Order: sequence, then C-alpha cells, then structure tokens
Amino acid sequence: MKKNGFKLLIFLSLISLLLTACSNDSKKNEDKSAKANDEAKSGGIVRIAMSTEIDNLDPYQSAATDTMSMMDNVYDGLLDTNEAGELVPAIAASYEVSDDGQVYTFKLKKDVTFHDGSKLTSKDVKYSYEKLAGLSGGEAISSQFEIIKKIEAPSDLEVVITLKEKNSAFLAATIRPIVPADYNKHSEKPIGAGPFKFEDYKVGQELRLVKNENYYDQEKVPKIDEVQFKIMPDQESAILAMKSGEIDVIPGISSQGKQQLDDLIETVSAPQNMVQLMALNNKVKPLDDPNVRKAINLAIDKDMIIETVAEGEGVKLGSNFSPSMEFYCQEGLEDTYKTNPEEAKKLLEKAGYPDGFTLELTVPSDYQFHVDTAQVIADQLSQVGIKVDIKLIEFSTWLEKVYNEAQYESTIIGFTGKLDPYEILLRYVSDYKNNFVKYENKEYDQLIRQALVETDVEEIVNIYKQAQTLLTEDAASVFIMDPYRTVAMKKGLKGWKMYPIQKFNLEDLYYTE
Amino acid sequence: MRYYLYKTSMFILTLVMVSLIIFFVFQLLPGNPAQIILGLDADEQQIRNLEQELGLERPATERYIDWIAGVFQGNLGESLRYQLPVSEVLADRIPVTMSLAVFSMLLTILVGFPLGILIARTDGKFISVFLSMITQLGISIPSFWFGFMLILLFSVILKWFPTFGYVPWSEDFFGALRAYFLPSLAIAISNIAVVIRYLRNTILDQKKMDYVRTATCKGLSERAILYRHVLRNAFIPVLTIIGLITADTLGGSIIIENVFALPGLGNLLIQSITSRDFPLVQSMVLYIAVIVLVINFMVDLLYKLIDPRISKRGEQL
Repeated sequence: MKKNGFKLLIFLSLISLLLTACSNDSKKNEDKSAKANDEAKSGGIVRIAMSTEIDNLDPYQSAATDTMSMMDNVYDGLLDTNEAGELVPAIAASYEVSDDGQVYTFKLKKDVTFHDGSKLTSKDVKYSYEKLAGLSGGEAISSQFEIIKKIEAPSDLEVVITLKEKNSAFLAATIRPIVPADYNKHSEKPIGAGPFKFEDYKVGQELRLVKNENYYDQEKVPKIDEVQFKIMPDQESAILAMKSGEIDVIPGISSQGKQQLDDLIETVSAPQNMVQLMALNNKVKPLDDPNVRKAINLAIDKDMIIETVAEGEGVKLGSNFSPSMEFYCQEGLEDTYKTNPEEAKKLLEKAGYPDGFTLELTVPSDYQFHVDTAQVIADQLSQVGIKVDIKLIEFSTWLEKVYNEAQYESTIIGFTGKLDPYEILLRYVSDYKNNFVKYENKEYDQLIRQALVETDVEEIVNIYKQAQTLLTEDAASVFIMDPYRTVAMKKGLKGWKMYPIQKFNLEDLYYTE
Repeated sequence: MRYYLYKTSMFILTLVMVSLIIFFVFQLLPGNPAQIILGLDADEQQIRNLEQELGLERPATERYIDWIAGVFQGNLGESLRYQLPVSEVLADRIPVTMSLAVFSMLLTILVGFPLGILIARTDGKFISVFLSMITQLGISIPSFWFGFMLILLFSVILKWFPTFGYVPWSEDFFGALRAYFLPSLAIAISNIAVVIRYLRNTILDQKKMDYVRTATCKGLSERAILYRHVLRNAFIPVLTIIGLITADTLGGSIIIENVFALPGLGNLLIQSITSRDFPLVQSMVLYIAVIVLVINFMVDLLYKLIDPRISKRGEQL
C-alpha cells in the first residue's frame, strides 16, 4: 500500500512538472540540431535494464564496472571526464600543479552539498582520499592513491595533495567519488553529492535513484525525476520487456536485439575505448619468435572480423590503444600488417615452420563475441598452415589460468578503457604482475617509467605514442578492434552520450514526448 | 522408534557426505574469489585487501572445518560475493523460489490429475490420443522456450501480465499473483505433461490387475472401481514423481528465473559457483539436500497413508 501511495505521488508530481515544462522549459535544450518536436520536457522515469548484479553500493568496496557506472550518478569526484576523455571540473572548480609535479592544489566549488544536506568541504575530500590511500589506518583501497604522501586542508575550500613522487597518471584518479567524512553506511544508504540521490535498492532486483534538486551544478540538475535500474540477466527478456514498454534503455544491446526492436528504439553507437586482442604468449614456443607473431598478424584479416563478428560496428586497431582516446593515440599503426597470407607463409618458413604448427586458442566461453572472433581467426590462420585448436573455458577459470598464471598459448579478450594511457599501457611493462602476454622490452619499460615522471604534456603524449609503436613493431599480440557499444533507447528519450569509460550521464537524459 | 532413529542418523550422515563431496569437487576448480569479484581491471592492492578481508589466505580445509562447525551451531557463515551472512542472502531468495514452487505445484496437480484421469478413462478415443500428443510436446519442449512464448503472447501482445520482476505477497497480493503466474506456468507445463502421462500409464496398468476383475464381477460400476480402488494404487508411483518434481522446483529453476528476471535460488546458485563463493555454494547444496531428504521422507509417510501394507514392511526393517 505504501508503495502505491508513493507511485501516486510520483505520478502527481510528474503531471505538475509536465505542466510547468510546457510553459518555459524549452530553451534548456543544448542540442543544436533540435527540431520542434525535439524539445526537452522535464520529468519522467527512465527504466534501464542491467545484466549484472550490483556487487556493493559502497563506492570504495565496489569493483564491478556496471555498479560503478550506476553509482557514478550518486557520487561525484573532484574532476570528471567529458566525451573526449578530457578531465573537467566537478566538485573542484580548479586545480594547480606545482612545478616539480608533486603538489596538487584543488579549489573546491562553493555551496556543494551532500544528499543529506550537509556541506561538502575540504575535510570530506581529505577523509575520502586518506581512506583511498590508506593513510587513515588500514590498507590503501586503490594503488592509484598509494602514491599520496599527505593531504592537507588549509581552508574549507582548499585541498593540497602532496605525492611521494611525480606521477602524471594521478590526476585521472581524481574522478573517484568523494564521500562525506566519517559516514560509513554506504552499503545500506549511499550518500554522495551527485546529480541523483539514492532512493532504495532491492537486492538482485532493482536500484532506484531520484533527481537531486539541489545539485551544485544548476545547469546539470537532472530533467528526469527518477531512474530505475532493473537487474535482468537475460538480454532476450530485456528486449521483450522493452517491446512491452516496461524498459526504456538497454545499454549495450546486440545487433540481433537491435533488429528485433527496430522502429521502437533510437540507438547511440560509438567505440567504447576497448581493446579486443588476440593475446599471444610471448614466452611459449613458437610465439617467442617475432617472425611467427608477425606472420600471425599478417594472416589475420581484421576488417573481415569487424565485418562478420561485429557487423561492421568496430574500429580497427594497430596497437593496444583505441583511437577514441584521440589525443594520445598513434595513428596509422593499424596498417602496419596489411593482410597478406603469402608474406605470412614466407615469415613462417624463415622462422622454421614451413608447414605451420598447431596453436591453442583459449577463449572465455562467457563472451560470445570473443568466441565468434576465435572461429573467424581459426579459419584465417588455417590458410597459412597454422591449425588453431579452440579451447573454451569459463571466465573464472580464465582469470586464474590465463590472466594470473599465463598458462596459455593464445587467447582472446577485451580490455575496457581507462582514462589515463598509463593504466592502459602498463599491462606490457615486463615486471607488471598481470603482463600475461609476457611481452618484454627494456625500451618499452623505460618509456612507460619516463611518461609517469614527465610534466610536459606534449612530451607525455609523444612518449605514449612511441610506446604504442613499439608494441606494434614487436607484434606483441594481434590487436583487433574497439567494438562499438550500442545503447538502445525508447523513442522520445534523448541525451545519452558516450565516454571513453563506461559512464552513464543520466543527468543529460530527457524525454521529448 | 528404532525406524526413526535410523532415519535421522542416515539423514545427518547423508548431509555430511554431500557437503564433503562438494568440498572436494570445489577444490578442483581453479579461480580466486577475490579476483573474480574485482574483475580484470582490479589492481593488486585491491585484490590483496579483499583476500584478507574475506579470510582467503587461510587454507581451504581450515575454512571448511570452520564452516561446518558453524553449521552445527546454526551459522551458515558469510557469503564472499555479497559480504553478508549466508542466511540473509538466502532469506531474500527463498520466498521467491518458494512461491514459484508452490504455485507451479498447485498448477501441476490441479491440471495434471484431472487430465490424467480423463485420458485414462477415455483410453483409445480421439480425445485421449489428442491429449497424449500434446503431453508429448509438453515434455520435449524446453521450459525457457515456453517462458519466452508466454511473455510474447501474454505480456507483449496482450499485456495481461508483467514481463519480468515480482512484487512481494505482503505488499500486493494480486500483484504478486499476476507476477508469478507466467513463470509458474512455464515451469508447470512440462511437469503437468509428466504427471498426466504417468497417471495415465499407471491407471491403465492397474486396470489390468486381478482385483479390478474381481470388483467388476462383484458388480461395482466402473466409476466406483476407478475412484475407490484403482486410483489409490495408481497414486503410489505418481507420488514418487510428484516428490521428485517438488524437490526440483524448490531447489530453484535456473532458466525460468533468468528469463523472468526473478531473484530466486537457481539464479543465486549459478552466481555462487561462477564467483567461487564457497560458503554460499556449500550452504545452498546443503539446503537442496535437506529439501530432497525431507520430501523423500514425506513421500514415505504418504505411501503409508495411502497403502497401509507399506507401513508393515517398513516396521520389519
């Protein structure tokens, strides 16, 4: 009964909002191409189908990407990212870095409040970052924060962070949530300063967030009233629910799903800063020979994989870097190994395998996309005499055997994007724990180390580009594509944007009808 | 008395055996729960912290002994994935599965019994052949397909029922009834088919027995013979099947729960295995074993009620 009363309340407020919206709210629309029927209306509920369960509502205990994307609407960080992957002010109005690159001074915005009404001050930032860095007792929560030496709060709106050493990757970590000082009930009732407030959560079923009227960034106060994340493990069910009008958004829909819903939906599609690669274990025979790895690169037709497996919705890669991070990406690498089976055969002969060899390809069976890719690759490699033996394993086993212990010959996996190139390229540093490709190149290690302590932005970009080139030249692996993420939205719902990380910008969503 | 003592000790012994087997099988599975929870992008620091928090640095045998000692004190331990007491996690899920099970069993019995008897009575006639064909379909078509078809017809086209999710009974009784109807029906369809076929076969078998001929000679009507004598005997094998089906649905229906996005036990079991959530897996297996044993025991009791001869045989044991 209580719930019905609540529904009625929402319904009434919705109607009243709709009425006011008609009078004067139409100018708010930022979309330049807005037509008459494209006008943003305030109010409404958006129901989003999520395929995975929430692991923990506490932002410092959660690790699942989906959970973080949902809760990102409840919590804000000092900085945030825009669509191009650049850092933009959020809770912090501005920041300065000292000449030696070790001291960061953040000026906070005035009048930022948490959802419980309390003011967000430098004390809360200090509390949050000390927790993340493990400075307030206990272990560090994130290794990105371990490099913090001390945090000071000279005034209510000023935070000074001193690092143990220069680290150009630190700034990207400041998108992590700021939480109210000395509040530790986030797992039950999360309190942040984001555009949406936590309303309630039914385990395994639904997470409800409501609009935060007092959001500090008045431009970005949400237009919709409420968001409901529905946990739906089966995508087919989510599609049927969308058909019957019980779901409004499916973030990450398959191309078959798109066809099924066809005229009911509008889609937003873009590369997601992911690197799908066929990882080659550089330490096992015969893959330890660069010529063999180059031959494999020459034998694989990435365009064909994109055409068949991703139905054209993917960007070809040449290194472990997606062009969606345009600023840092070395262009042109994707054409280094133009498909050429003849040349591949020659290289194999040079390496001492004129008749090819048998290659084991271990693929996590949980990801149909990678399994499909494996099948196309097996076919392509068979044309140069390499017999591919596809072995399907469960993802949990993959994590242990392949990712942690590197007990494999080759595998197919996708790395989700990070905001800082350091995090992306660190994977190939020879002493990095999860360098499961077992790539080893002193020059590369040196470059990555150098990038971290460099302060000149142009130089940093230059170094990361060199590092990407090295990965390609050494044929460290086969870097296939950055597959698009396709978000399906019911007709009349607009405003979804794509970022280089999986971010749901729910505050920008609005209904036009 | 000795009979019940024997039953109880067997009961506990079976549970311990089941749990031991699961423990050993589980040790063979590769996979680190902390890494699985945190995923591909977790940094080392996070994994180490979580391992410590979850107590994973202790040897598996030690953790198992701790867990089983706790069970004897009524404590099922703490789930690794949810970081909540297992009993709490289960308490959230059991009502959903329980409702599905009760609802679908009601449907199975209310539809299956009358139809089974009808087919047996009309054996050889058109209606019986027709229904037999349908039951054959019911058995061979997988339940997830029924699930999708039901959603398509009743939710998408007719919009009579919601596509997914549920409402707790306490909140809205009729809402809950509506939400559970389709998934229960999807589970029940193949069960109904099984019950119909079983009932038909056993009734037809019984009809060939000598006592039926005797009764007919005595001048009893066919109807009276069926309801007074045949059914009583025919129920015994059907009861076994009903017991098996009940235990099965109480354990949770993995596929139907996923199709209808219901947070039940089947769904949870799969997740607990993929996340190597040892205490949760152990507790769920224990729950399922208890269900199976209790239902078998109840079936035993019912046997005796229906057929007193069985009781005598049991006592002699």
